Amino acid sequence: MADANTTPYVGRAMKRIEDPRLITGAGTYTDDLRLSGMVHAAILRSPHAHARIKKIDTAAARAIPGVVAVLTGADVNASCGFVPCAASMPDLKAPKHTVLAGDRVYFVGHAVAVAIASDPYVARDAIDAIDVDYDPLPVVANAEDAVKSGSPLTHPDLGTNVAYTHNVSGGGNIDEAFRKADRIVKHRLYHQRLTPMPIEPRGVVASYHAGEGALTLWTSTQIPHLIRTLLPGMIGVPENKMRIVAPEVGGGFGAKLNVYAEEALISHLAMRLHTPVKWIESRRDNASATIHGRDQIGEYEVAVKNDGTILGLKSKTIADLGSYLQLLTPAVPTLTGLVLTGCYKIPAVKMEIVGVYTHKMATDAYRGAGRPEATYLIERLMDVIAQELKIDRLELRLKHFPAPGDFPFPTSCGLVYDSGNYAAALTKAKQLANWDQLLKDRAAARAAGKLSGIGVSTYVEICAMGPSKAMPAGGWEWGCVRMEISAKVTVITGVSPHGQGQETTFAQIVADRIGVPIEDVVVMHGDTAVAHYGRDTYGSRGTAVGGTAIVMCIDKILTKAKILAAHLFETTVDHVVFEKGTFTSPGVTNRVITWPELAGEFYVAKNLPADLEPGLEASSFFEPQNFTFPFGTHIAVVDVDRDTGQVTITKYVAVDDCGPQINPLIVEGQVQGGIAHSIGQVLFEQTIYDEDGQLVTGEFMDYAIPRAHDIPDYILGSTVTPSPVNPLGVKGVGEAGTIGATPAIANAVMDALEPLGITHMNLPLTPEKVWQAIKSKN
Amino acid sequence: MYPANFDYVRPSTVEEAVRLLAKHGDDAKLLAGGHSLIPAMKLRLARPKVVVDIGRIAHLSYIREAGGAIAIGAMTTHADVQASKTLRDKSPLLAETASHIGDVQVRNKGTIGGSLVHADPAADYPASILALDAEIDVVGPRGTRTIKAVDFFVDLLQTAVAADEIVTEIRVPATAKTVAYVKTEQKASGFALAGAAVVIGPNGVRVGITGVAAKAYRAAGVEKALAGQKLTPDLIARASAQASAGVDPLGDIHASPSFRAHLAQVNTRRALEQAVRRS
Amino acid sequence: MPVHVHVNVNQSDQHHDVEPRLLLVHYLRDVCGLTGTHVGCETSLCGSCTVLVDGKAVKSCTMFAVQADGSAVTTVEGLAKDGQLHPVQQGFWECHGLQCGFCTPGMMMASVALLAQTAKPSREQITEGLRGNLCRCTGYSHIIDAVNHAAAHGGVRLQPDSAQGVARG
Repeated sequence: MADANTTPYVGRAMKRIEDPRLITGAGTYTDDLRLSGMVHAAILRSPHAHARIKKIDTAAARAIPGVVAVLTGADVNASCGFVPCAASMPDLKAPKHTVLAGDRVYFVGHAVAVAIASDPYVARDAIDAIDVDYDPLPVVANAEDAVKSGSPLTHPDLGTNVAYTHNVSGGGNIDEAFRKADRIVKHRLYHQRLTPMPIEPRGVVASYHAGEGALTLWTSTQIPHLIRTLLPGMIGVPENKMRIVAPEVGGGFGAKLNVYAEEALISHLAMRLHTPVKWIESRRDNASATIHGRDQIGEYEVAVKNDGTILGLKSKTIADLGSYLQLLTPAVPTLTGLVLTGCYKIPAVKMEIVGVYTHKMATDAYRGAGRPEATYLIERLMDVIAQELKIDRLELRLKHFPAPGDFPFPTSCGLVYDSGNYAAALTKAKQLANWDQLLKDRAAARAAGKLSGIGVSTYVEICAMGPSKAMPAGGWEWGCVRMEISAKVTVITGVSPHGQGQETTFAQIVADRIGVPIEDVVVMHGDTAVAHYGRDTYGSRGTAVGGTAIVMCIDKILTKAKILAAHLFETTVDHVVFEKGTFTSPGVTNRVITWPELAGEFYVAKNLPADLEPGLEASSFFEPQNFTFPFGTHIAVVDVDRDTGQVTITKYVAVDDCGPQINPLIVEGQVQGGIAHSIGQVLFEQTIYDEDGQLVTGEFMDYAIPRAHDIPDYILGSTVTPSPVNPLGVKGVGEAGTIGATPAIANAVMDALEPLGITHMNLPLTPEKVWQAIKSKN
Repeated sequence: MYPANFDYVRPSTVEEAVRLLAKHGDDAKLLAGGHSLIPAMKLRLARPKVVVDIGRIAHLSYIREAGGAIAIGAMTTHADVQASKTLRDKSPLLAETASHIGDVQVRNKGTIGGSLVHADPAADYPASILALDAEIDVVGPRGTRTIKAVDFFVDLLQTAVAADEIVTEIRVPATAKTVAYVKTEQKASGFALAGAAVVIGPNGVRVGITGVAAKAYRAAGVEKALAGQKLTPDLIARASAQASAGVDPLGDIHASPSFRAHLAQVNTRRALEQAVRRS
Repeated sequence: MPVHVHVNVNQSDQHHDVEPRLLLVHYLRDVCGLTGTHVGCETSLCGSCTVLVDGKAVKSCTMFAVQADGSAVTTVEGLAKDGQLHPVQQGFWECHGLQCGFCTPGMMMASVALLAQTAKPSREQITEGLRGNLCRCTGYSHIIDAVNHAAAHGGVRLQPDSAQGVARG
């Protein structure tokens, strides 16, 4: 690196340390593993959304040369436990979720049988040769229908399609707020089902050492540590004989924040067959049997005064959970309830969330998880209110922002926002967008008969998950920093980055604080044999929580190093000065001690103070006292083609405040990537099941994700409001783009259509829907 | 991802390929560029017992002018069609159409003959083949015959090419210069929701539409409305409204029948306007 | 019935007997041991498997290994020469053109092919050249930057002998 010797590293747009292996094809993803004797599994999945399995005939499959075994639920379920859900709720009704179907299938893609063969081609031949006799049963494919009386039941044995009802209320008296209102603004919003579609599908390789009773599982996951916590209960291998490795992971976005049936099944097969087993998901299986996201329908009512003052917000949301609970399925809609009021002072809130079972794949955390839903609805509502009351939409927002002095700011939803300056971000975005000119351009375009719109969203989100009291399985993070005898620094983190770049950002932090060249720092992660404890990567927590654990380790190391330095200087610790990797003691001695000397002394250990342990290593658990709350303003400008309904984003400005930026290049990448997910969600992405529960969007042929030509040139900016929650002041930025952008783009399209009298459309705003809306007004 | 087993044969002449097709009958599938067949085989929607790879037959990939026509070998890739100077200079519609097919990688392997004989209702070429009134040569056990474009597309995924025949050459007029192809793509796959190809010639206008119906078709109503008239914006707009008249439009999650029909009209109008601008 | 193939992979002659159904991408990954080329879908849309065959970008998941018989194949492992990164690799590194890295080999091979044809591509030419490659992490902006960086630093360089197949016998 040309600029590697320039310190401080923190704050600089450094290129990534992880990249050389990835750009030369030398990264090891799960499918790249080749173990001696490894066999290959293929999974037969249900073509029916709901059916009874009358008979499974595996004889023909077993007869194929090269086939090792063909197994069904009857063969394996008793040994694999149940797929876990970590979220618990008072009245939650949950079906037992076995790794292969029992006598019924509950969604298209439900795993029915597994074939293991010498080669993946032969494994596929084998599942083709399995004959399953199904008796189709009535299907529940729509959540709103599912809650109606007389609906067929997703799981007849549960006696209801309602998994749970969750009520949120907070702040002042909601009934009074609605009594005092001049007007009630009502709106219905739909958050379509989305398929996360990481470009690397899931994959698992398991290897069992029978002599040691030890299992090693390589899996394309965001959460190796949570799997190590939960898998023992499924397959009976104790936690301390289980090693989980997340090798290079090709994208997650929440889809790999889960414990999946295949992780237990393939582990079991490796134990049962005494040989390593690999399973790699196809795209079709990824689309049908890896979690989906969103899928909420909400009715919203806002109590407002004629001057725009918002008095209260009520909502009723139906969340389509699919047929089973995955790790966080029921919890995701409740996150929506946590940030329902957005970045506004809304004094009273009441929300009811009904989680509903349908014969579809489970929904779970997908980029933003609950916050995009909340942000979209509050930001759409702000525009709707402004429009109904004929108030400027920016003024309406500004009027309800807490002032910088109001922080820490308690919300009606029960959170305390850590720090913020929402107006500053809005002001900066307006400047970058050249707001007044935008308005003029829009007026000119409209005068020329064009459909041109400007959309704004001001958002706040929840990051750095999070305090353990708010998380199902602990929200702390663990880290370890070791100065080796050679003065190289090994950093081990319990977060499990898969593209977020913490090998670089953590090295930047460590190199600065310890005072070593960044090339001397190695950051290790994603292997429970190396990083013994951790709570992994999700909820934009890596740097804010995991990075803080590393900072705590550094503090311990420096404290210990100063004790030895004082000993060598023959003085006391308070006379030791540490700066940029050197120890001095001005006024005591001219001697300068550098890390190579000090590290050597620690490990040679011949000249240590009596009460100082050899070695220079520290580990720490960091328990955050709160979430962090990044915020920002996004502005989108669109043109709508009247004839085709095609939306084109002509300008995009994003100002995000994630606190101090360790590496602005990486922050920029996270924001850009997040916005792309929103472009997809607003304009074309949608997971579609037909009325029979058939998945129609099971391939990239039918499920569109953004391509390069869908992306506008961005104007990106930032403001910096440090968080008081952690010593780095950082907030997190992995999901901000997705949370801020969806309403900005949607509001822009609706603004473009507003002159035609179109006030509401459901996402995604596809050309056909836009065209239909335009046509309906002609 | 994993195709079923098959036997592989790689003939070096058209005659040999025809003999192999005759020998294996319905068990055999021709492999040209593979961009229709191989994905279907990977999903096991196609399971041929014998794959006859015609990719190494010499002299099936060419673009040359002959007798007032431009002849294109059936194994010519979309990329070569797109880049052909001969086509761009003399008869640019196919080159323009090819640039809309799939992506760079697909165009580097997919072939014009393979695409035409697959007859995907949303493929791009058929609209232009119809608008150009092209001729397609096929060779089979009964010898060589020429199929006119209007007779070529029979139904969904069905052409007039018999199972034992091989497409060898496509000929388009070397004089069709006032042309355009305008397409709305299916967002996920890149195929056409509605593609309109127009050729404006001294003897009238021909319009081919793809993506809209089970097979590509000539928009007879549009052609008739424009016949012998000066192509004013008003007339173009009125005539284009006939672009989906009398057809039974397809509907799926990507576009309803009425939206496809509407896009056919819009894209016909836009293609006509573009061609007029170019004339 | 296995079929003999002779493929020049990253300038190294390879001879193998393969099942006709073996896809080129599996041949490269499992027979040649070059796992830098990835598989992300079954329908020729994601582009993760993009390699150069006789100098042209193709999707190696939509080609049988037997079809590559007699051809020269360049994979991501063949881009760097003598420890020097290819300008496209350098561009992706400098501009943060990758996050998880899974689509990156295919994305870079498509970029190499693009620059070989168009030395100084416009933004539109870049996005068109990458139409066949999906990325879910970066949002593409940094990838576009990366291609521009490569174009400004000699990215047109295609491996001198990657465009020629092996002698056909």
